[in-house]
Amino acid sequence: MKNNLSSRRKFLKLGIAAGATALIGGGSVLSAISKVNNPAGGDKVKMLSPDGKLMEVDRGHALCCGVPTSKEVRKGIPGRHFVMVIDLSKCRNARKCVSACSKMHFLQPGQEYIKVFLMQDSEDTSPYWFPKPCFHCDAPACVNVCPVGATFKREDGVVLIDNERCIGCKFCMAACPYSSRVFNWKKPGLKPESNYSPESSVPQKIGTVGKCDFCPDLFASGTLPDCVTACPNGVYYFGDKNEDVVTNGVESLRFSELVKSKAAYRYMEELGTRPNVYYLPPVDRSFPYERGFEELPEEMKKAYKVKRAHLKKFKI
Amino acid sequence: MNQQEIAQQKLVEIFSHFDKPSKFSKGLFIFLILIILFAFYAFILQVTRGQIVTGMRDYVIWGIYEVNFIFFIGISYAGAMISGILHLLHVEWRKPIIRIAEMITVISVLIGPIYVLLSMGRMDRFLHIFEYGRIQSPIVWDVIAIITYLFCSILFLYLALIRDYALIRDNQVLKISSFRKKIYRKLAATYHEIPLQKKLLNRCLSTMSAIIIPLAVIVHSVLAWIFGMTIRPGWHSTIFAPYFVIAAVFSGTAVLIIAMWVFRKYYHLEEYITEKHFKYIGFILLVLAGLYGYFTFSEYLTVWYGSETWELEVIYKLFDFSDYGAWFYLAAFVGVLVPMLFTGIPFLRNINTITIGSVVAVICMWIKRYLIIVPTLETPLLPNQDYRPEYVHYHATWVEWSLTAGGIALFLLFFMLFIRFMPIIPVADISEVPENKDFISEKL
Ligand code: SF4
Ligand code: SF4
Repeated sequence: MKNNLSSRRKFLKLGIAAGATALIGGGSVLSAISKVNNPAGGDKVKMLSPDGKLMEVDRGHALCCGVPTSKEVRKGIPGRHFVMVIDLSKCRNARKCVSACSKMHFLQPGQEYIKVFLMQDSEDTSPYWFPKPCFHCDAPACVNVCPVGATFKREDGVVLIDNERCIGCKFCMAACPYSSRVFNWKKPGLKPESNYSPESSVPQKIGTVGKCDFCPDLFASGTLPDCVTACPNGVYYFGDKNEDVVTNGVESLRFSELVKSKAAYRYMEELGTRPNVYYLPPVDRSFPYERGFEELPEEMKKAYKVKRAHLKKFKI
Repeated sequence: MNQQEIAQQKLVEIFSHFDKPSKFSKGLFIFLILIILFAFYAFILQVTRGQIVTGMRDYVIWGIYEVNFIFFIGISYAGAMISGILHLLHVEWRKPIIRIAEMITVISVLIGPIYVLLSMGRMDRFLHIFEYGRIQSPIVWDVIAIITYLFCSILFLYLALIRDYALIRDNQVLKISSFRKKIYRKLAATYHEIPLQKKLLNRCLSTMSAIIIPLAVIVHSVLAWIFGMTIRPGWHSTIFAPYFVIAAVFSGTAVLIIAMWVFRKYYHLEEYITEKHFKYIGFILLVLAGLYGYFTFSEYLTVWYGSETWELEVIYKLFDFSDYGAWFYLAAFVGVLVPMLFTGIPFLRNINTITIGSVVAVICMWIKRYLIIVPTLETPLLPNQDYRPEYVHYHATWVEWSLTAGGIALFLLFFMLFIRFMPIIPVADISEVPENKDFISEKL
């Protein structure tokens, strides 16, 4: 346990050191941990406006840090390999990750960088909830097909989009087998006053693609991604594969041990995309899957139900 | 009368058909302009509001714009393949129809790429492809291939026109404004039927047709690979490139037949474009329809038999009448069998039925491309559990439809403009007495 803790500290420290350009920190991981049961939303950060006035704004991306140069953005944080582990046994479709992510990235209503699917692998098995961010694949189909290099893979494993270069051809959306990408069909409604950076994906740009970015701008201030801190059930573990540590804000674990002992898997490994997001199978559930319907609006419930209806008809 | 004189006479005769635009063509002209203006309005709307005005959404990211793109690039095969191959084989009867075929090629290659721009979220950043282009991306292959193709097909058309421009330049009878005369003089490029010039020009044309055939194959293969390179059911298929190529020649030939019919009828070219042409091109259409049907059969049989879940999901959407079934059977059976019947069975075969068969083929080919793009995109790997119905099913909006209509109108309009400036029948060529009556020349 001690070993775990100290390496976590190291992880955090490195994270802070990497973000030397931060203007005002959004808080450290330690504060993020204390926020676990008060999920994203209400908290404010003080911010220095360009003309020197102190103001309070909702915490959000790009409001926490300075903007790194595009070369730095494309390179990534040296020596790191970010991974995520998602524990399916603890998910009850609380959707706090979804709402926190949408809020922090100033997404348009209805847009989701994280989607929670209701999965059922075969007729006899039990359904389970399956939260899915971008997998930040090591062999990303989206990066291969981009004609202008607007989507790129960094040394630290993160796949980002440069919305100032993207031409909106949507080829990456066709190529990504996991439906991870969303498109900005119209002008973004929210216009946070900040300089654009691919690391924050804020503000969105009309006619370009967006997706989960693993919140690399938050590493800079040593904060965990929003979904991790927002989840009330500690489903998401985020960390560094090189450092061999992942944390969900409450506990820090050895990545290698976790994936071995809990029989982690990567979704559709056979597609050859080599994802960096691992799933722990939905065994010994904390909640029955029906719990996931409780707070849902009617139309969403319906959408979850029609799933596989077409297949059922043909018995596949 | 020597050959030049015959040619001049024919020129005057053909020009007389085009001299004064008839009431009908004036009306048509205005009508087309109106459609184009309306499409332009839709275009402005899309630019200012974003692609939210289209039916495309996060799952179905490409809609009928892509369908139109493939469609127009497909019909460009009329000139490239038909006229290219017939030229290489020195087929004598090709002469009256190759000009039409080459015009179709140039015009459709001009219009097709408009739809790529329309389906781009940020067409204002189109130049990024040249600034940041990555050769690893099939889209970049496509851009390179299409630009080359456009350039070569314009050159091909122009080279074949030089002799006719020389004729117009030397003509004393035709009343042509001095300004136009000047242009024709420039275009004729000092060509004077000198044997050496003739030989060189011929060689150029043969070279061009040898280049344009593989180029056309490449263009459509690359286009198919945009889909084929992704791991999606219905797209990720090894036969996709040849399948697309055959589909393209098929639809290109059909459009050529329709164009022949229209010109023959409205410009009274019965003397030049005869029933024989329809029959011969009809035979080509027959063979292509058979090939196309074979490819379709082979593609869907293997996928269906293999029964992979993800693949089956798409297949069943196509086969099921409550989904795309009706459209699929229309495109896969009617679109192949009707042209085959009308071109294959002797007593059904005449100019009009062959043309009807071609119209059916063209419409069905458009539908087939829709069925290639949309159902696949509607079937993601992870289930589509979006609660917004417009994110689950694609329905093209009026913006997309009016821009589609605009493209077709532009196609016809370009034709009307082209025939004002280029003799629709290659006069110089047809007035030549063939030296060699063999079907396949010995030169080959
Ligand atoms: S999940 Fe999709 S968008 Fe994310 S890296 Fe992989 S291929 Fe790209
Ligand atoms: S939509 Fe943008 S990021 Fe995606 S492939 Fe096209 S240019 Fe690249």
